[in-house]
Amino acid sequence: MAIAVVLVLLVVGSIIFHLVSPWWFTDIASHWANIDFTVNLTFWVTGFVFIAVNLFLAYSVYRYRQSKDTPDNKAVYEPENARLETGLTILTALGVAAMLAPGLFVWAQFVTVPEDATEFEAFGSQWQWAFRYPGDDGVMGTADISHISETNPWGINPADPAGQDDLVVKAPYMALPVDQPVKALLRSRDVLHNYTVPQFRAKMDMVPGMVSYMWIEPTRTGVFDVLCEQYCGLGHHIMRAQIEVMEPADYEQWLDQQMTFAETQSLPEGSVSAGRQAYATCASCHGQNGEGNQAMNAPKLAGLQDWYIARQLRYYSEGVRGANPDDSAGQMMAPMAAMVNSEEARLNVAAYIESLPDEPAPATVEGDAERGMRIYSANCAACHGAEAQGSWSTDAPALAGMSDWYLARQLNNYRDGIRGGEDGDHYGYQMTSMVKAMRTEAQQNDVIAYINTLR
Amino acid sequence: MSLYQDVTRKPWNTVGLPDGIDPKPTFNVSNEKLALVVFVIVASVLFSLLCVSYFIRMWFGGGDWLPIALPSMLWVNTGALVAASVAMQVAVVSSRKQGHGDKSKSPWFLVGGVLTLGFIIGQFTVWQQLTSQGYILQSNPANSFFYVLTGVHILHLVGGLWVWSRALLRQVRKDASHDISKSIELCAWYWHFLLIVWFALFYLVATN
Amino acid sequence: MAYVPLADQDDAHALHDPDSFITKYVWSQDHKVIAIQYGGIAIFVGLIALGLSILMRLQLGFPDTISWIDPAFYYQAVTMHGMIMVVYLLTALFLGGFGNYLIPLMCGTRDMVFPFLNMLSVWVYLLSVLILLASFFVPGGPTGAGWTLYAPQSITPGTPGSGYGILLMLVSLGVFIIAFTMGGLNYVTTILQARTRGLTLMRLPLSIWGIFTATVLGLFAFPALLVSAIMLTFDLMLGTSFFVPSMIHMGETLEHDGGSPILFQHLFWFFGHPEVYIVALPAFGLVSDVLSTHARKNIFGYRMMVWAIIAIGGLSFLVWAHHMYVSGMNPYFGFFFATTTLIIAVPTALKVYNWVLTLWQGNIRLNTPMLFAIGFIFTFVHGGLTGLFLGNVIIDVPLADTYFVVAHFHMVMGVSPVLVLYAALYHWYPKMTGKMFNETLGKIHFWCTFLGTYAIYLPMHYLGFLGVPRRYYEMGNTDFIPASAQALNANITIAAIFVAIAQLLFFINIFWSLKSGKPSGGNPWGATTLEWQTPDTPPKHGNWGEELPAVYRWAYDYSVPGAEKDFIPQNEPGEEYEKTFHHKGGES
Repeated sequence: MAIAVVLVLLVVGSIIFHLVSPWWFTDIASHWANIDFTVNLTFWVTGFVFIAVNLFLAYSVYRYRQSKDTPDNKAVYEPENARLETGLTILTALGVAAMLAPGLFVWAQFVTVPEDATEFEAFGSQWQWAFRYPGDDGVMGTADISHISETNPWGINPADPAGQDDLVVKAPYMALPVDQPVKALLRSRDVLHNYTVPQFRAKMDMVPGMVSYMWIEPTRTGVFDVLCEQYCGLGHHIMRAQIEVMEPADYEQWLDQQMTFAETQSLPEGSVSAGRQAYATCASCHGQNGEGNQAMNAPKLAGLQDWYIARQLRYYSEGVRGANPDDSAGQMMAPMAAMVNSEEARLNVAAYIESLPDEPAPATVEGDAERGMRIYSANCAACHGAEAQGSWSTDAPALAGMSDWYLARQLNNYRDGIRGGEDGDHYGYQMTSMVKAMRTEAQQNDVIAYINTLR
Repeated sequence: MSLYQDVTRKPWNTVGLPDGIDPKPTFNVSNEKLALVVFVIVASVLFSLLCVSYFIRMWFGGGDWLPIALPSMLWVNTGALVAASVAMQVAVVSSRKQGHGDKSKSPWFLVGGVLTLGFIIGQFTVWQQLTSQGYILQSNPANSFFYVLTGVHILHLVGGLWVWSRALLRQVRKDASHDISKSIELCAWYWHFLLIVWFALFYLVATN
Repeated sequence: MAYVPLADQDDAHALHDPDSFITKYVWSQDHKVIAIQYGGIAIFVGLIALGLSILMRLQLGFPDTISWIDPAFYYQAVTMHGMIMVVYLLTALFLGGFGNYLIPLMCGTRDMVFPFLNMLSVWVYLLSVLILLASFFVPGGPTGAGWTLYAPQSITPGTPGSGYGILLMLVSLGVFIIAFTMGGLNYVTTILQARTRGLTLMRLPLSIWGIFTATVLGLFAFPALLVSAIMLTFDLMLGTSFFVPSMIHMGETLEHDGGSPILFQHLFWFFGHPEVYIVALPAFGLVSDVLSTHARKNIFGYRMMVWAIIAIGGLSFLVWAHHMYVSGMNPYFGFFFATTTLIIAVPTALKVYNWVLTLWQGNIRLNTPMLFAIGFIFTFVHGGLTGLFLGNVIIDVPLADTYFVVAHFHMVMGVSPVLVLYAALYHWYPKMTGKMFNETLGKIHFWCTFLGTYAIYLPMHYLGFLGVPRRYYEMGNTDFIPASAQALNANITIAAIFVAIAQLLFFINIFWSLKSGKPSGGNPWGATTLEWQTPDTPPKHGNWGEELPAVYRWAYDYSVPGAEKDFIPQNEPGEEYEKTFHHKGGES
């Protein structure tokens, strides 16, 4: 008896939950309204079956249950009923066809890219994004894993003339024009990834060794999240980019600001001698050899990769770092960084720092390195490397031999939302999540103690 | 009652023993033979999937497929396996002739197994030859597949030899409790199957 | 082989009655002991997987409660939970457990046809479980590749446990497949060849049909997993490039080139989709028998039910790529696989109708097994219908890899089979032990499990509509996920913990009843099938005493008009009752 009542309540409850649920598709931002239509259609058909079958089930249980009042009840003997079964088969087949036919119709649209679609490329790697647009000639140059290097993270073929004018983005930020069909060409540098913008409804995996595709026509401007939705390892949940859908004029302007591939390949190398002069100001806190000075809250710099130093200087001078009132040391750094406020100057300083002798900083943090090793090798090594050496390919700085008190402070900053939360900090947000591998101070000290053993 | 009659009738309409007092198996073979047939089908699925993977990797892979130069030794090995299969068949025929009570002393069963051992040793030799010629496992997918296909085939033969050795032991011990002619027949069946598989694999790696 | 006279058949089965504890309970060749060994191992390892799921839920619902759930552990828990539940619990418990227990009893044989192979099967299965669990203790821990083990991510650094962990997983799967094949050959041969006299195929209970078809599916599907496991192991250990293309890790190019990740997915799902039915078909069979017995009514449309099982089994090999709609495979495959997938819904829907129609005009006994069976119909309808969303290729596009998928397959492949498992465990418990379980405790267990799991999975579908991706350590800050989603997640976690704790009731019940339950008698439910007609309860070694039973009728002679009792056992010769049809108020 109770079960019959509960079944009815569950049916009613499910419908109510469906109707009042605030959790539903995000507002659509592409032309794939057809997909929403097929979803709704399927809801009507399956909803009808759900209600009908379960209410009939509940009624059968209620009506034909054994009870004390009717001890002489007897079941009917009915092995089969061909007409009823055939009828139900046909009805079900019709219902299925009613859902399938429109679905396949929309799928045909999904796989047929309109001829006037422009192209862009999304390139996934563990756990970063890079993007590419065809440039003036409208043709994307060929690319291959074998061409990939620190300065050519897209793997564009340097010998292919079509690739020279390709506009490249080495940041998790891309743009598209509104109301124009675009074809997304999807590539991966290592494992499977996936390009998803929930508001677009479309998604497709990125497969190493091949180019997959899909197409969309954004229908409203705004900034949306690009997510990886194919499990790609440890950092799957922090592999994220943003896409800005713009008016066509704004989009053209945005494109103009992007560098061509040829430009990225002819950037001047940082000058060590010029950097040495600029470094004189830094030396007062960070030391002549970049060895750091805890008393001045100045971490060791020698041993850090040039791209990392240049990036952090840019963040400081652009207010991405050092603007938070809780980051008193960072606030001291911000005006200093403003003194090297061109990309060239930053690269020069970075080049000089990279040339400094790298003596490990003294260990000040104590912890259980054994336990730290387990946490580090499981969670940190995937980006920072087994030897904590860092890598351009994961945009992760070296940790080994650096000032351990500084590591501790930055980990605290990430945890407390002081660092990594700003919009422009494309990589810091990843640390705000990964820092959860060390939820207690003891765990954090253990990890730092282990990193101290890697010098 | 035939299988067809069985599965098409309305079972609630009849009461009684449609086939009389004796239980009737669905297929008119021994349990062991049916199990072997099922296993052969399973193994066929395994080899078919390997072959399908072979084609998919060849056609849709990274274009790095370099055909392997097959050593002529493979023909010798093939001959050995054919001979093993023939010997097994001769053993079946002679054990049938000797009848049920008279315990089979046919040497052909032994010969079949030894020839198979020869085949396996021959395959190892082929691996060595290929490796020394620089066709190592990792160097390209055609090589990798060659080693995997032949390796899986050898594993199946080794499984067969395990059964063979147990039957042989019984033959030597003149163990009366088991009907060895049954084991011989099953071995022969299995050997023919693996010979066909070998032909297919050989054809596959030789022509692609 | 000519007919084997019954006497000879029995002789061939000459049982070596075990005389020591070791031969009776450890190295036993008795299918019933083996069944309980299979079941015990499966439930044990399933409890580990249940614990892992609670840890995952704690991370998702209450992110900062347990300090040691770091991202690596989270992904390892996800992976091991999935793989254990699908393969090591559900496959092993349905086929190794119920298959072993019920096949000889329902077919009226003394044992499996190859008892030694059967014993080997359970010990090899135990070995596979031990290898799997060993991966918790190796450097790097178990694999965190997701249960799908997609290449190249599963074997490359950047995934937790990409060294020893994945190797042990692959080896364990290989060993499991060997165990399954040994068992499977036994089940198939026993069902086909050793049925007792009079037991024609169409007189078999649906449990046997479900187990038989699932075993055949398993025998054909597991080789695909074996092939992919072998080649993946080669890629991992020997540096071949079957699945791994040229790729970069930490700025270095790895020594692989040209492999096809999509090939791995095809192989995996060629196993993986039939695997769904390897779990579902035995559940379909068992629940049919539970429903029929407690509704006191023949299963409605028996023949249609048999053909539906076979049709679903056959079709299940033609739908695998519906797991790969957005995998980057040739998109035109989508048309074919969406069509086959939705076709498979038709025989599945028919089974649901026939279950409900079995209850219609029945005389329903609402005891614990029946409640679980009715609960199953509800959750299976729900899970089946959400499958129509994901099977329809274009609808899969927004929903793929979101929590909608997680909710769907837990509803259809987690909750539904588990409800059947409980229905079956309660239903056959009196036969296995000779004791009756505690009905009140059983009902409380049902309500907690049924309502609790619905509270977990109904809302989870809506997280999927929202677009929350699966396999995320945390949702992070995104514009489209409102804070209320986190509150929902917390509620789901509370429900999950509640359900997990409620499972204690089951264990309390079966262990308490083992000692203190009322004696059940041989056939407490008044069931028709052979296993309830054994001379001893629990059945002794050899099952049938002096003589094997003879079967005179089909398995569902409940409430036959004119019969004295409301059931006629299959082995009762009796008079030829006049059987009449009742429908649409008339008799024909």
